[in-house]
Amino acid sequence: MSDEFQQATGGDRRAMARLLSKIENGSVAISELPLKPFLSDTQTWSTMAITGAPGVGKSVLVDALMTQWASAGRKVALLAVDPSSPRTGGALLGDRVRMSSVDNPEINQRVYVRSIATRSSSGSVPLIVEDMATLLLACGWEHVLIETVGSGQAELRCAAVADRIVVVEGPARGDGIQAEKAGLLELADIVLVNKADLDGAERHAGELRESYSLGGEDAPVVLLTSGLKGLGVAEAAEALLSLESSGRALRARMRERLLGQHERRLVLHPSYNAVLNGLCEGTLDIEEALNTLQGD
Amino acid sequence: MEQPLRIVVAKPGLDGHDRGAKVVARVLRDAGHEVIYTGLRRTSQQIVDAVRDEDARFLGLSSLSGAHSHLFPQVCTKLVEAGLHDVIVFGGGIIPDEDRPALYDVGIRAVFGPGTPTSEILDFIQQAAAKDDAGVGQSSDWRWESSA
Repeated sequence: MSDEFQQATGGDRRAMARLLSKIENGSVAISELPLKPFLSDTQTWSTMAITGAPGVGKSVLVDALMTQWASAGRKVALLAVDPSSPRTGGALLGDRVRMSSVDNPEINQRVYVRSIATRSSSGSVPLIVEDMATLLLACGWEHVLIETVGSGQAELRCAAVADRIVVVEGPARGDGIQAEKAGLLELADIVLVNKADLDGAERHAGELRESYSLGGEDAPVVLLTSGLKGLGVAEAAEALLSLESSGRALRARMRERLLGQHERRLVLHPSYNAVLNGLCEGTLDIEEALNTLQGD
Repeated sequence: MEQPLRIVVAKPGLDGHDRGAKVVARVLRDAGHEVIYTGLRRTSQQIVDAVRDEDARFLGLSSLSGAHSHLFPQVCTKLVEAGLHDVIVFGGGIIPDEDRPALYDVGIRAVFGPGTPTSEILDFIQQAAAKDDAGVGQSSDWRWESSA
């Protein structure tokens, strides 16, 4: 095991990819690895969640940002999460289709992309990605981006796994009232209104800024980008690198960690599948199911 | 709990027809596997990089352009060069019978033509996954006899 870790930290991408699988599968615990602290003094964060509704352009924008950073000599890894089928457990992981940075031989030594399925976890990101990100950082990747499943207003699990939260919005995402609603937007450290080449982006950015201005001083910055056309990407890449945490997410982060770990414990319980079957067949009620899973 | 298999489905070369690859990807997904689709027109090197970085156990190559006899062996050679000799490779598309022996010779374990029942591909995956020497650069002379 420590051989594989040596190889992975020594730059062997295959060894690293395998070790990531072992962490994901639970056959290796991150606590078993001889990790050292890694945040260099030139960076303010190491993990960043990129979240937002399906189809707002997260993957294309992330690809544009990675190209920007890798071209400037930084090493950037991406953990791209897509949903597993709730029926079969299978998944079609398609984020790679939109990634040109991994195929660009000029920079792809400094870009790593790994597709991840949510598997048995609920929410837009499985908690295990935090451990996977830790391994990547130990292997010398300076920044780890976590692209969540496309998710809506109240999906906050990403707060549990990342130092910073970027919310990606699109143009014409409802009227000003949508911007007023509580939820994910409150936890954002920055908001990128993507597809800025389309009508309605500017107006939506205005609505968001107005909404934030009602909340007082420490409002997150709202920037316009187009991942596809490259508009505003250099500016966004710059702003993200020096992004400070708003601090608003601390309590939410702890809550999501607690709930997420609790859920993980239930899901990994040896009787989990038997209990689900029992619930389907009507031989167990929810109370009995919980009692079974919360025991040892 | 049994872990899902990670399978890269790729289309090498100048070939814009991905219906078949998408059908196979969907069948594998519905069988509970994790399928990483690379998209169209990939070079062999890009495919090998994806297999390495995604830690895939299987690679499915699809070609309808007629260039399979050039592209498939190129991918297999690069896999072995990259130390990925234990990855199991299968192919599909418009691949005439007379072209197939050369593909088996470079370590491809199955070639599926049009009309193959999707269940057959799943049977292949299951049998191949149970072997520990069916990788592209490994010693086994086992291969799947496909029905089409």
